[in-house]
Amino acid sequence: MGADAYPPRFAAGDRVAVRRAYPPGHVRTPYYIRGKTGVVERLCGIFGNPEELAYGRSGRPKQPLYRVRFRQHDVWPDYDGPAQDTLDVEIYQHWLDPASD
Amino acid sequence: MPHDHQHSPGAPHRHPQRPDQDDTLTYWRAMEVAVRGLLIDKGLVTADEVRRQVEDMDSRTPLQGARVVARAWTDADFRARLLADGNAALEIMGIDRGPYKLVVVENTEKVHNLIVCTLCSCYPRWLLGLPPDWYKSRNYRSRAVNEPRAVLREFGTELAGDVAVRVHDSTADMRYLVLPRRPAGTEHLSEAQLAALVTRDTMIGVAVVGAP
Repeated sequence: MGADAYPPRFAAGDRVAVRRAYPPGHVRTPYYIRGKTGVVERLCGIFGNPEELAYGRSGRPKQPLYRVRFRQHDVWPDYDGPAQDTLDVEIYQHWLDPASD
Repeated sequence: MPHDHQHSPGAPHRHPQRPDQDDTLTYWRAMEVAVRGLLIDKGLVTADEVRRQVEDMDSRTPLQGARVVARAWTDADFRARLLADGNAALEIMGIDRGPYKLVVVENTEKVHNLIVCTLCSCYPRWLLGLPPDWYKSRNYRSRAVNEPRAVLREFGTELAGDVAVRVHDSTADMRYLVLPRRPAGTEHLSEAQLAALVTRDTMIGVAVVGAP
């Protein structure tokens, strides 16, 4: 793939933290999940960066996209449900860092 | 417009008229009209092509998804294929594989899946048709991720405490379809009869498939 795509940094099972950043634009990372920690469920594929494509740019290099699984109690401190409930969110690699904990 | 009351011949209408619903040219509607006009003027598309696309989209219904679910219930190889690669499985059935990657998530005794798109209204439209209005509402989009069990209860779906609710926020390039559980007592039903039990809401995950 060369410079056309960023190589995947994470694999299923890796703990990752979503960046707490608030850039303007066509961002596909929901507000509520920024700053939260979860586990990579799978690599979904490698796609043109939608934050670039939305403005008529090439979207290159492409970005790996992950499904990241969060425990509901880690996302919402007051979550009203059992511990096993989870939330999967698709997140592009440039929004993820290795979890520090 | 349905007319459910009688008039004596020649009597005037005395009830207030319902206002037309096509009279608001919002910002986005004006933009759509303008862009469509430009595309047609420049010869990039024709008005008939636009019409045909709208007609094609309006003709798609959840029946197609229901057929896929029924096949998965009756054919273990197909089910495995569907869960591994949704688009490839659609092709096996001769169904349009669609413009997006299809991820099929399976409900089990211990896992119940629920689909939402908090950012907009991502939905496997080529497979299920247009999403219901509530799917696009702010209420559903915000609450499905935050209090899914309360939302499920409002849809009449009560889950046991030992079931894991797995919400999927479809934010980018995937489209999700729930493979609901096959109800008990349906062993004698044909694939077509099974498909008739599967509804749109059960493939979004707000409901479970009821016994026939």
